Amino acid sequence: MSPDVSFFVEVVVGGLLSGVMYALVAIGFVLIYKTSGVLNFAQGAMVLFAALTFVSLVERGLPVPAAFAATLAVMALVGLAVERAVLRPLVNQPPITLFMATLGVAYVIEGAAQLAWGTQVHALDLGIDDTPLEFGGVLVSRFDLVAAAIAGVLVAVLTLFFHTTRTGLAFRAVADDPLAALGIGLRLPRIWSAVWIASGVVALVAGLLWGARLGVQFSLSLVVLKALPVLVLGGFDSIAGAIVAGLIVGAAEKLAEVYLGPVIGGGIEGWFAYVAALALLLVRPAGLFGRRSVERA
Amino acid sequence: MTAGRDLLRVEALEAVYGDGVRALSRVDLTVREGEIVALAGSNGAGKTTLLRAVSHLLPASGGRIVAGRVSYAGRDVTRTRTDALVRGGLVGVLEGRHCFRSLSVEENLVAGGLGRGSGRSDLRADLQRIYALFPRLAQKRGLPAGLVSGGEQQMTAIGRALMGRPRLLVLDEPSMGLAPKVTDEIYAILVGLNRAEGLTLLVAEQNVALALRHAHRCVVLETGRSVLEGPARALRARDDIRRLYLGQGPEPRAADGALAAAGC
Repeated sequence: MSPDVSFFVEVVVGGLLSGVMYALVAIGFVLIYKTSGVLNFAQGAMVLFAALTFVSLVERGLPVPAAFAATLAVMALVGLAVERAVLRPLVNQPPITLFMATLGVAYVIEGAAQLAWGTQVHALDLGIDDTPLEFGGVLVSRFDLVAAAIAGVLVAVLTLFFHTTRTGLAFRAVADDPLAALGIGLRLPRIWSAVWIASGVVALVAGLLWGARLGVQFSLSLVVLKALPVLVLGGFDSIAGAIVAGLIVGAAEKLAEVYLGPVIGGGIEGWFAYVAALALLLVRPAGLFGRRSVERA
Repeated sequence: MTAGRDLLRVEALEAVYGDGVRALSRVDLTVREGEIVALAGSNGAGKTTLLRAVSHLLPASGGRIVAGRVSYAGRDVTRTRTDALVRGGLVGVLEGRHCFRSLSVEENLVAGGLGRGSGRSDLRADLQRIYALFPRLAQKRGLPAGLVSGGEQQMTAIGRALMGRPRLLVLDEPSMGLAPKVTDEIYAILVGLNRAEGLTLLVAEQNVALALRHAHRCVVLETGRSVLEGPARALRARDDIRRLYLGQGPEPRAADGALAAAGC
């Protein structure tokens, strides 16, 4: 491969792998949006809370597996508590009310995280060696590969869960038609609880990977802002969409930064995804994979 | 017809939507065990509201019960949640079918068994039973419910409700938008279940002729009130009913107008 081509491939691969990280955050949104129609703005705060809890427990001398288990339990409880205390009383309210409520929850969780664990920046070492691997002249970050693999496993587990278990079937039924699901006796509150617990777990995985990359600090909760264009592109209710859109956003912004950056002055990576999402909205308001209801022609 | 005990009783029920749009004012209705009761009335008469009130689905549709009571199997269930009603055997089929469109026909049916907490072997046995009742669903089991015909969607919705092993099946406009042949097929199956297993049915129907043909008794709603009630056979014979609802009067044109008003 000529150096130009291998550099191009390197940029694309690096972009795709960081896109997986965006998708990871976006999936947390999709889970809740799909089943309860709530755009959970607190997802980013949950990511921060998870990373901060984990890192603080490790710093206090807990072994990593124990800290992981404890954080998992804490995140499940946080998800459950938010659903019980905030969203359940607001059931049947308009979406904007629910969105505002999650915005409030985001501040509460961020505040609680810093109250409990302090505001200093922590380094999070997951023990993944970050020396780049070389594949035919293309350098790939080992950390990014491991992160992508973890995200892949998470998605596979979620997909299996949705399509092979009865609870998963109930999830999909609620997502498809909540009134009909209620009518056949599915216990929606139970399903919502389960889904909030699941999104807490997804937040933990995203928090560890993002925390390891960026350091665990307040700005971690801003990864939600990176997830938004991914959601717009992929559609708010599609897990597959979140993944594909994450990959597209990751690759596109890296390519734009490298190849368009010198032309128009750099710094493109910060805003490119939003402009791309905006452009897509004009063409396909439901996103690439958003729900087009299944209808007969 | 042998009339059993009262299975469902609605007494002086009043319901409103939103900030007080009255949908039901003092509705009374009784369904006895083993009966087929038709709920007739025009668009906006309150049929759907009444059925949703019975299934406790009003809160999810922006409405609420403000007075009166609903009792099922001798218990006051005015404030009993839908899932508990379903487990007690009161299962509804919503107007407009409401299949889970992106789920396969079979997944729709299985979902219908989840509410009562059926185990895997129960689910399998119940599925075979539904496929025996609706052989067309067996052929389409793998297709997304959104892609099968209207009649098959209605069968899926009914089959899904039957998976909950109901004692009282509440159907809202099962004939809506369907060809007469398909409607007949569906009614034949429902009447068959009533005869063979004593399944009690409460069916809202705009098509009064159809309702009177299959029901034992009929209750007519008008602007949120129950205005008429009686054995279907007696109602069918009454001149005013024939004229108003069945279009068999001396003045076909006027009768058509009344029919439209009655939503037939």
